Amino acid sequence: MTRKQKRLSLILGGLAVLGLATGLVLYALSGTITFFHTPSDLADTHVQVGQRIRLGGMVEKGSVKKGPGTLTSFGVTDTLKTVTVSYDGILPDLFREGQGVVTEGRLQPDGSFVADTVLAKHDENYMPRELAESLKAKGVKLGKGAGQ
Amino acid sequence: MISVSEIGHFALILALGVALFQFVVPLWGAQRGDVAAMRSGISAAVLQLILIAIAFGALMHAYIVSDFSVLNVVENSHSAKPLLYKISGVWGNHEGSMLLWVLILALYGAAVALFGQNLPLELRARVLAIQGSIGLAFLLFIVLTSNPFTRVDPPPIEGNGLNPILQDPALAFHPPFLYSGYVGLSIAFAFAVAALIEGRVDAAWARWVRPWTLVAWMFLTVGIAMGSWWSYYELGWGGYWFWDPVENASLMPWLVATALIHSAVVVEKRNALKIWTVLLSILAFSLSLVGTFLVRSGVLTSVHAFAVDPQRGAFILMILCVFIGGSLSLFAWRAPQLKAGGLFAPVSREGSLVLNNLLLCVASLAVFVGTLYPLALETLTGDKISVGPPYFDLTFGPIILPLLLLVPLGAFLAWKRGDAGLAVRRLWLALVLALLVGVIVFALNVRGPWLAPVGMAVAAWLVFGAIADVAAKVALFKVPLATSWHRLVGLPRSAIGTAVAHAGVGILVAGVIAISLWRVEVIVALKPGESTPVGKYAVTFQGEGPLTGPNYSGRVGTFLLKEGDRELATLHSEKRIFRPSGMPTTEVGLYQTWHGDVYVVMGDETTGGARAMRMYYNPFVNFIWLGAAVMFAGGLLSISDRRYRVGAPKRAASLQAVPAE
Repeated sequence: MTRKQKRLSLILGGLAVLGLATGLVLYALSGTITFFHTPSDLADTHVQVGQRIRLGGMVEKGSVKKGPGTLTSFGVTDTLKTVTVSYDGILPDLFREGQGVVTEGRLQPDGSFVADTVLAKHDENYMPRELAESLKAKGVKLGKGAGQ
Repeated sequence: MISVSEIGHFALILALGVALFQFVVPLWGAQRGDVAAMRSGISAAVLQLILIAIAFGALMHAYIVSDFSVLNVVENSHSAKPLLYKISGVWGNHEGSMLLWVLILALYGAAVALFGQNLPLELRARVLAIQGSIGLAFLLFIVLTSNPFTRVDPPPIEGNGLNPILQDPALAFHPPFLYSGYVGLSIAFAFAVAALIEGRVDAAWARWVRPWTLVAWMFLTVGIAMGSWWSYYELGWGGYWFWDPVENASLMPWLVATALIHSAVVVEKRNALKIWTVLLSILAFSLSLVGTFLVRSGVLTSVHAFAVDPQRGAFILMILCVFIGGSLSLFAWRAPQLKAGGLFAPVSREGSLVLNNLLLCVASLAVFVGTLYPLALETLTGDKISVGPPYFDLTFGPIILPLLLLVPLGAFLAWKRGDAGLAVRRLWLALVLALLVGVIVFALNVRGPWLAPVGMAVAAWLVFGAIADVAAKVALFKVPLATSWHRLVGLPRSAIGTAVAHAGVGILVAGVIAISLWRVEVIVALKPGESTPVGKYAVTFQGEGPLTGPNYSGRVGTFLLKEGDRELATLHSEKRIFRPSGMPTTEVGLYQTWHGDVYVVMGDETTGGARAMRMYYNPFVNFIWLGAAVMFAGGLLSISDRRYRVGAPKRAASLQAVPAE
């Protein structure tokens, strides 16, 4: 092979690998991403029952119910609407009433939400960024430190 | 009286001036052939290190003596904190960690200045100038947006304390290692830019870039492994990798750096792939900068939540654009002047290394897309999404798998023109053993996922392939054992290092496959006295009691671990509440054996006096960190190679040097 042919075969080989990888990435992106929603835009948008989504908001004060067993249920609210979330497992250390939480799971036919993942983050003033922005867009007044 | 932190602040500003000098004067000197100006870069680099070390020392002093007149100390420290965490608290926050970043940068710069006597003067001057420009940008960033020496008047009596989940020995040293890796890639970057300015790349250049990249790669490997180990036992989620944006930010430069240490070999040995290696050097450091940007700007939601300030994000983005954009433009302009080197057939050692590079870069690209796609989509459409582990399993796995299969083969291909059939024949024993492992796993695990035997066979293939590589080099069993031993001792350390590092990859793969397929997870509510099976073990919750520590209090649960009737261990899982923040953390109860861990987490109280518990049996999980350690050891062996200790040969003595146009 001449230098040119060798270079060409290298470039073509590289492009083939890159093409395959691009296809793989696009396929994976179309199938595996999860959208983030707040309780009130759950009603506005067309989230189908059984579709995997992230639901974020504040844990409603006085809504946390423990049991039976390792089951916990709590209300996730964006102050406009509230969705009841049930979760079987250990809650993160920073899960507290009145504070920000992001849950991942599926919407049920009765309008409740079954989560398999619950994320609660860092300091006392912390509010999930997605939530702070959604709430601001809806004109909800936020306390100091929200969205940090 | 001038306080220590004032001296630190002053030293920091002086360092900024020195960085400006280090950037401009040696570069100008190299263009004009002015020896004195070129030499001045050396003293500037050393002075820069001294000044930044003074600033860093001053900040550390403020932390150790709990000087609450410094805002940074107030916000991140507490007088009751153990000394280790007072020290690690220096870099456990945004400002201090940026200071650590420039300190490590200055360390590398001074190392090039002091140990680079055998580098051509012009190259050294240019490399130091590029280093200086990076230092200048980040020192400006610190002084303008993230000054760690901001004072408070009047000083408060007590500080806010360090985030308790960061108060951990593994995490105390995770940032210095990770940064040493990130910043170490700046050397390869500086060499690449200097080479573009000079318009030549040769074996001597590669012989310099290789060890520096290897050092950075080793630090990055250890840093990532430490972070992974920390998240495994400290976060209490039982996982070792979450495809969190910040984890990805460290994985991307690691992948490209891995590609770079392989392609630099080709430049050194065969004088080929020069343009590509220069591009990789630029990309590796660019991804380090992207990583710094992702972590420091807070544009991505992540478990690493430092306080976020949009001004800082914009500043780092600007640095990013200048360095990445600038170096890539320079590359586009100057790269065509680099002479193409040696020819090679597609099936050859070079060819296999090209494929290695291609797959590593594509894997890095897949991670890049998965990490930044949410950000891009939100900016463009306003939709908020998250890309989770399923995406990465689907993309990263299939890209890396062929690479793993190729690793042992590549080592058996000859330079320039290889014979794939011959390589396979010489590897037959490793192949048979790997297939045997696959068959055994399949037999033991008939109903398990198909990935189990395949994954374990791949892991075995890597390990046996590495052994076969060394065995072939010493002609094991073909000559008397004593001769083989002599050959082994006489083998270049880098050859052994390569095999060791590849075996480390195999060990790591085995751990990853085992835990992802055979982990046992139990979530259960237990009252004191009750037990639950976890795999072949039984765990009894014996009860809980109060807990007091130096800066926390809480509850501790006691668990008895049994296998059959045999009592193995008593485990403790703690729920700590830290003063003064009131922040809760959980300590995991861990029973470690070579074949896996039993992992016990005590959760919240539920109904009827029970507590929710989460337990795992994580089979072979420690192979993951063992594998990383073995990879590190491989790097260490390579770096100790005589050729690097003696240093790169002078250019004049290099036969492969290509003269400038």
